[in-house]
Amino acid sequence: MKKTLLVAALGATTAFSAPAFAEDVYFPIIAKGFSHQFWQAVKLGAENAAAANGVTITFEGPNTEAEIDKQTDILNAAIAKKPQGLGFAALDSQAQVPALKKAADAGIPIVAFDSGVDSDIPLTTCTTDNLAAAAGAAKGLAEAIGGEGEVAAVIHDQTSATGIGRRDGFLNEIAANYPNITIVDVQYANDALKAADTIKTIMQAHPNLKGIFASNEGAAIGLAVAIKETGAQIAGVGFDSGKTQKDAILDGSLIGSITQNPVGIGECVVDSLAKAIKGETLPPVIDTGFYWYDASNMNEANIAAVLYD
Amino acid sequence: MTDTTQEAPTNKVITSSFLQKAVAFVVLIILLAFFSIFAPNFAAWSNMVNIMQATAVNGVLGVAVTFVIISGGIDLSVGTMMTLTAVISGLILTNLGMPLPVGIAGAIAFGGFMGSLSGVAVAKLKIPPFIATLGMMQIARGLALVFSGAKPIYFNSTPNYGLLSPESSISLLIPGLEMPNSVFIMFGVAILASIVLNRSILGRYIFALGSNEEAARLSGVVVDKWKIITYGISGMICGVAGLLVSSRLNSAQPALGLGYELDAIAAVVIGGTSLAGGRGTVMGTIIGAFIMSVLTNGLRVMGVQEEWKIVVTGLIIIVAVYIDIVLRKQS
Repeated sequence: MKKTLLVAALGATTAFSAPAFAEDVYFPIIAKGFSHQFWQAVKLGAENAAAANGVTITFEGPNTEAEIDKQTDILNAAIAKKPQGLGFAALDSQAQVPALKKAADAGIPIVAFDSGVDSDIPLTTCTTDNLAAAAGAAKGLAEAIGGEGEVAAVIHDQTSATGIGRRDGFLNEIAANYPNITIVDVQYANDALKAADTIKTIMQAHPNLKGIFASNEGAAIGLAVAIKETGAQIAGVGFDSGKTQKDAILDGSLIGSITQNPVGIGECVVDSLAKAIKGETLPPVIDTGFYWYDASNMNEANIAAVLYD
Repeated sequence: MTDTTQEAPTNKVITSSFLQKAVAFVVLIILLAFFSIFAPNFAAWSNMVNIMQATAVNGVLGVAVTFVIISGGIDLSVGTMMTLTAVISGLILTNLGMPLPVGIAGAIAFGGFMGSLSGVAVAKLKIPPFIATLGMMQIARGLALVFSGAKPIYFNSTPNYGLLSPESSISLLIPGLEMPNSVFIMFGVAILASIVLNRSILGRYIFALGSNEEAARLSGVVVDKWKIITYGISGMICGVAGLLVSSRLNSAQPALGLGYELDAIAAVVIGGTSLAGGRGTVMGTIIGAFIMSVLTNGLRVMGVQEEWKIVVTGLIIIVAVYIDIVLRKQS
């Protein structure tokens, strides 16, 4: 009984799409995770592009975004399969360069996605400019509070490139363009429950707080929960999507959020790999863009297409 | 707080565990006093409510682990088991559209079932508890992702689901008093667990297993059966935590839960339950959980960096276990 369960669990972690033909062009796509909604949307985009290009992909990732070593194991296993190309979202921009070099030496074209690698090995990087996207969040928040008052940020991670980029993008934009806004606190919380409690504590410590920025889906759920539970008149701005966050924007708990284009990131990876094996040259970075969304534009086709439940 | 006296097999045990629980309680009071003086806005009643609400999930998980630790085992699966039961509740209520009580019963029963599987692995297959529940931690995490399709399950079709955690039913009785139901559920679970541990045959056997399993076996206790029941109870209590967390977030988040087992074990240890087994109290665990959330909250209100908060929590755990060792030598 337990063995069956274990096998079922393992089966789900690898999510192989069965190759239709043995001679298919095959690209392993290695993400930072797979259970998060964001990665599921990237996977969807990658699968769409794979179907359009007539290639086979697999989509894998470690359990959590802290497991750099596990991701390196997945990477090595993928290289060992001698694929025609490889998509890789590095958990650490430097630690995994040696493994990637092995792939490059074997002549496997590599496309980085989501966050870059400190190396010229990847032919291109499909990514959101996190600094720009978080600056967009800062702008939305600043306008909502009339350009003055106290604000705080809750960031999903202290060490990852996305955590650092979104934090700094938000802080820099406020510092550069909104002299009357004070940032009173920056805290970290890596899941929705912890974010909710953290944000209520920030509200407690700063009774005059006018706005809070939450840097990913989990933090944004926590923000929505905290604002609902306290009934505080605080402008909340989130990041990414997910049903809770979308509902919170519709019911007014959050004023809006920034979404990346995860489907576009997935498509970009597979399209770029397909182009690479045809010998086309690629730009060093492909910015897949971001959108500000709120109750007024959530249902517009171009926005709705990149939001996920 | 409730009556803190506990009965256990021998007088020695009463003295030392009561003493350490008293120590934990004094530490809690000192922390509260310290932050009230040095952290502006900490002492507000609304913040006390925040702290109690933030303690609920860890407190309930702590109670689950307390049972297993007193019996001489350990349960590393409580965090992901909580997540799995939250997903089960979502499947029953949202996907199958069943009424709320079925979801509650289903989550708790499924937790009990999975927990007892850990118990079978420990008792019948003789797998060390650390390994068996480490395996179960992964199995529960994997199943939570499989059953949910790696997507959150929402409870929008169950409007009363909020009654299980964030809503404040006491306000109906005492207008103006806002206290989330999760806080009452935590104390309810703790009181019930205390009664089971101290007034039932099951409780007596759990203490006996932890003190000296061989002696218990020789005196005719069916050790395997009681072990399986102990892990089953831990799983059931995880089911309650699963309901609390999913009610508060109005969704079962399948990726959450990893790491919660360590917070729960820390609460148990700070509360004076011995990792060696045979000794401990549920109320101590609740006090331990409160110490952790008061620290987290207070240091945040003071504006202390997150990184240092983690360091301080680690120090508190070590100090707590040191006190445990000193007290055990004395008794």
